[in-house]
Amino acid sequence: MKLIEPSSTPLTEPFWDATRDHRLLVQWCLTCDQVVFYPRDVCPACLGGELEWRDAAGTATVAAVSVQHRAGPGRDDVDGPYAVALVDLPEGARLMTNIVGCDPDDVAVGQAVQVHWHPLSDGRNLPLFEPVIADR
Amino acid sequence: MIREALDDAGLTIGDVDGVCYAGMATGLAEYLGVHPRFIDGTMVGGSSYQLHVEHAAAAITAGLCDVVVSVYASTPRSDRKRGQPQQFGPQPGPNPMFEWEMPYGLRLPMGAYALAASAHMARFGTTSEQLAQIAVSTRQWAGLNPWARYRDPITIDDVLASPMVSSPLHLLDCCLVTDGAGAFVMTSAERARDLARPPVYVLGAATCGDHQMISQMPDLTTTAGAISGPAAFAMAGVGPAEVDLLMGYDSFTITALLHLEDLGFCAKGDGGAFVADGRLGPGGSFPMNTNGGGLSYTHPGMYGMFLIAEAVRQLRGEAGDRQLDGPEIAVAHGSGGVLSTMGTLVFGTEATR
Repeated sequence: MKLIEPSSTPLTEPFWDATRDHRLLVQWCLTCDQVVFYPRDVCPACLGGELEWRDAAGTATVAAVSVQHRAGPGRDDVDGPYAVALVDLPEGARLMTNIVGCDPDDVAVGQAVQVHWHPLSDGRNLPLFEPVIADR
Repeated sequence: MIREALDDAGLTIGDVDGVCYAGMATGLAEYLGVHPRFIDGTMVGGSSYQLHVEHAAAAITAGLCDVVVSVYASTPRSDRKRGQPQQFGPQPGPNPMFEWEMPYGLRLPMGAYALAASAHMARFGTTSEQLAQIAVSTRQWAGLNPWARYRDPITIDDVLASPMVSSPLHLLDCCLVTDGAGAFVMTSAERARDLARPPVYVLGAATCGDHQMISQMPDLTTTAGAISGPAAFAMAGVGPAEVDLLMGYDSFTITALLHLEDLGFCAKGDGGAFVADGRLGPGGSFPMNTNGGGLSYTHPGMYGMFLIAEAVRQLRGEAGDRQLDGPEIAVAHGSGGVLSTMGTLVFGTEATR
């Protein structure tokens, strides 16, 4: 599957390093006691700078889904239609991702999904999601 | 375009002392030979021109300047023919989009709106047929506009049979890619009184933005128009029931549906049922996008200028075959980015100022 590999910054390196070990991290604001995503230098709720990385459970719920019938940025039409979704982690973060491991047209809002690691060229992994086993 | 707008107003370039441009406004000023006392380079995508009106009105009222022009021109259709496709998306450099959205291959802009449509359908039961009706009603208006790119009537089935681009949006749920240009001239009510045309008055104006990337939109089913709309109405001293024409940014059918709800023309979640009887079209009880909209008239990329032009034409009674019967209040509501920045303008006439 062709795709645009994500860039990273010094700030986000812990996130991407953890993907090498199949760990999904989110930032946590120690002042507000709430999740911060995407990663920032400061919490967007309080501008506090005390943020720490925490492991997420790796589960999520589909909040919205759109099947791309023509290849989007970085993709190749030969790979066929694919599902782009926004998913909500139980920790409170919302991520854009792809739902894989099923017919893209079968992905539904409200569906339970779990992380599926897609290898990148430099040893990092991209967090995709797939239906939880019981649903497949 | 600026010359045409100034001619229409009965002003000259020498009268202009304020310039708005969605980008580096000083370049436009230099090109025109204007030494502006007021410069607004606000660039928030398609609703930039709503924000220009808001800022120009504030500047004129505050005495910063007397006559402001804003212009937009873009030729994406010709560019594409010449093999120079315009890029929608982030420019190179550090940008969270490259890390958190770009790897997933979402087609932009339509994919972002498709996600909003997906959420709206799941939460409120909105159907593809209801979204398609917006395209059908808008095309009916386009049939009355000789400048519209697409004028032949379409049916709901035509929309549903058009290729699926980013589900649940079909090709005919999406705006056009056309060349186009527009400009406006603003001055004080006092100065406008003696000019060439009956002035249209800015009764209310408000802005609200709540995200840049679609993955950061707080609620995919409610836009920041739920803030800017009521604020603009409050400034104008009118409510949704008094609006004779809504020019609601229709980059996609779902965009227009969200405006109907967020500006209070129907309840949240009821947009699908609201549009289903065809009331948005010619002869309907709630005319929307009488120029044929971004869906059928024109959409060069940042469509907000055309919302303003059509609202002004209708309020002046210059809209030809599509002219409404004596409208006195028109709303031009712009959406920029990916449902990111909303700008609401309430326009009136001499009778409603």
